[in-house]
Amino acid sequence: MADEPRKIAFICSKGNLDMAYPALVMGWAALGNGIDVTIFFTFWGMDMINKARVDHLEIPPVANASMKMNMMGIPGYIGIPQILGIIPGMTPFASWLMKKKMKGLNIPTVREYLEMLVDGGAKLYACKMSVDMFGLKKEDFIDGVIDIVTASDFMDMTEGSQIIFI
Amino acid sequence: MAVKTIAGKEVQVNEEGYMTNPAEWTREIAVEIAREEGIAELTPEHWKIIEFCREAASSSGAVPTLRAITSGSGVSTKDLFALFPKGPAKKVARIAGLGKPEGCV
Repeated sequence: MADEPRKIAFICSKGNLDMAYPALVMGWAALGNGIDVTIFFTFWGMDMINKARVDHLEIPPVANASMKMNMMGIPGYIGIPQILGIIPGMTPFASWLMKKKMKGLNIPTVREYLEMLVDGGAKLYACKMSVDMFGLKKEDFIDGVIDIVTASDFMDMTEGSQIIFI
Repeated sequence: MAVKTIAGKEVQVNEEGYMTNPAEWTREIAVEIAREEGIAELTPEHWKIIEFCREAASSSGAVPTLRAITSGSGVSTKDLFALFPKGPAKKVARIAGLGKPEGCV
């Protein structure tokens, strides 16, 4: 047993639905293992904590080489022509499909996951530079976001932490 | 597999220290493991969760994960972390004489 408790910090920089989950899943697992968790949201990652955006994260099929037709129950790994991906409605369709699959597996939504993390003791922060750039305020964020901090503050508060950039 | 004496009783434990036979568990064992885990006293709130986990494990065969405990027993995430700090699901499983919970949520 180490003297100092283990600490992990995640930097969430992406706002696509698929990229929102890694920090949530690993952060929750870390709390379950008694590890201290801090999550810093920057750039597009701020969509995860933006009240107006958190329930509307999407996954666009364009330029996603891994998204195949088998997601829709077609066997094998048949690709989706990129040109189809640009048709209006394709991004909402892919997002709907992914959310439906996750719901079927009892995976919490992004909003619910964040509430669980906060209740479990995770500390959430928004990046000052991104907040200024996007013209956001603390009131735009979900409850549980502690503060808007600078990159330097983040470095101070994560001393001794393992840092994972997503 | 090893044998460990907890609260004066010999029980089977695996390499991670989890009991392998829930039938060997007693309330005295729970109190002693809880103390080892840093919980000085088991209150009725603690027991409610311990009993829920034992029942869930015996009826479904799966040791409940964090979310299975909160959604199944009605206790909030906040209270669960307050009652069993630093990794509640694993801690409860250990105290309740069950194996390690499996699952990501």
